[in-house]
Amino acid sequence: MTMSTHTDTLLDTGASGPIPWRGGPGRLVTDLKTAGLTGRGGAGFPAWRKASTALGGKSPVVVANGAEGEPLSRKDATLLQTNPHVVLDGLQLTAEAIGAGRAYLYVPRGSAADAATAALTERRGGHDRVSVAVIHAPERFVSGEESAVIAAVEGRDALPRFRTVPAPVSGVDGRPTVVHNVETLAHVAMIARHGPAWFRRTGTPDEPGTFLATVSGYVAAPGVYEVPVGIPIDELLAMAGGLAGTRTVLVGGYHGVWAPAGSVPMSRAGLAPYGGSPGAGIVHALPANRCPLRFAAEITRYLAEQSAGKCGPCLNGLPAIAATMTALSVGRSEARRLKWLTGLVTGRGACHHPDGTVRFVRSTLTTFAADVTAHQHGHCTVGELP
Amino acid sequence: MTARLHVDWTACDGRGLCVELLPEVLERDPWGYPIPHKPGPIEVPDHLVPHAQKAAGLCPLLALRLRQSAAPGPEQRVRS
Repeated sequence: MTMSTHTDTLLDTGASGPIPWRGGPGRLVTDLKTAGLTGRGGAGFPAWRKASTALGGKSPVVVANGAEGEPLSRKDATLLQTNPHVVLDGLQLTAEAIGAGRAYLYVPRGSAADAATAALTERRGGHDRVSVAVIHAPERFVSGEESAVIAAVEGRDALPRFRTVPAPVSGVDGRPTVVHNVETLAHVAMIARHGPAWFRRTGTPDEPGTFLATVSGYVAAPGVYEVPVGIPIDELLAMAGGLAGTRTVLVGGYHGVWAPAGSVPMSRAGLAPYGGSPGAGIVHALPANRCPLRFAAEITRYLAEQSAGKCGPCLNGLPAIAATMTALSVGRSEARRLKWLTGLVTGRGACHHPDGTVRFVRSTLTTFAADVTAHQHGHCTVGELP
Repeated sequence: MTARLHVDWTACDGRGLCVELLPEVLERDPWGYPIPHKPGPIEVPDHLVPHAQKAAGLCPLLALRLRQSAAPGPEQRVRS
């Protein structure tokens, strides 16, 4: 996938000036609450809440998560390559906000890690108050799960683990730990610099600010775009040179849902009727000549392969779901079996992987019900059936 | 207050002891792992709490935790 970058604020490469320190723990937390910043890594958890929980704990830790295991996402790598300093500023400011003495940057090997490491070298002897250790994220789908991130920072295999206590209470080595997606940290830096009112200037009143969207698939100019939360999907597609004939888009990535390529807003509220959310900001336009069921079967097989294999229901259930989805895509009707299998893996894992896979499969069955019926009768609406 | 059983799926190997001790609540899924009769969180009625405690204590892989949860509802999952 060829990617181009379109600068606005987050992806601006210009010098950003000194770190706008807030003068002690806690102060920035109030600003984050007023700003209404939510996590940009997928779950959309309020950023201030994590900080507020960790604040006051013993020796808190902050981790910048740039793992980006989702194959359709390029925004974390693009951000780190284009403007690593805004992420590192956000990391320092979050460390100040929660009184952290340790900070980590978790990122896969490659150009994003190289850019971040170069930026850290540039900052040496500058204004940073905590040193930042770079930890390499393995290239797999579940590497970015919070419990996997914590395991990696602790020096263990980056695999999801069973946790009953939230990370901001007890994370890395039992310390209160705030894990933020790298884009979330970039927004933290922007809020510290420009204030909560500036952040709220765009987006929607309930979901303010901008986000980095990765647009791919049937578009002329795939790439990463900084856009307001709530932007209509068709408008976002037009920015990326959307091609005629796209009716449906995959929103939120392989754990996401299908939505029409129309005026649906890219926000939690806008995507709720489709059972999804903007997630990590992914929009993938399904080509008009691509069979949605075959495409979905490919994704499901990938997700099954990406199971860490630690949890029985995921280890056994995902391959069964993938095989059934494949059968469905070649005209052997297995929709009922698929519904039964998805019920067997939901909520039954240490991480979100089985639930995310189920969300995608269920959305496929609902969105492409007509295609499922057509395949049952031996034909495919786009003629991809053998 | 409701009691809930939490399974550490990274530890559970599907030995099945919990299913034998708590047939009122649990059955085996097609791969042998414990699953509640009613989909969702594993809620344990008061009169079965002693059995659930026993199941948690006897699990050979220490994969079960019995917890009192104040407000029943969907588990909050935190992801950055």
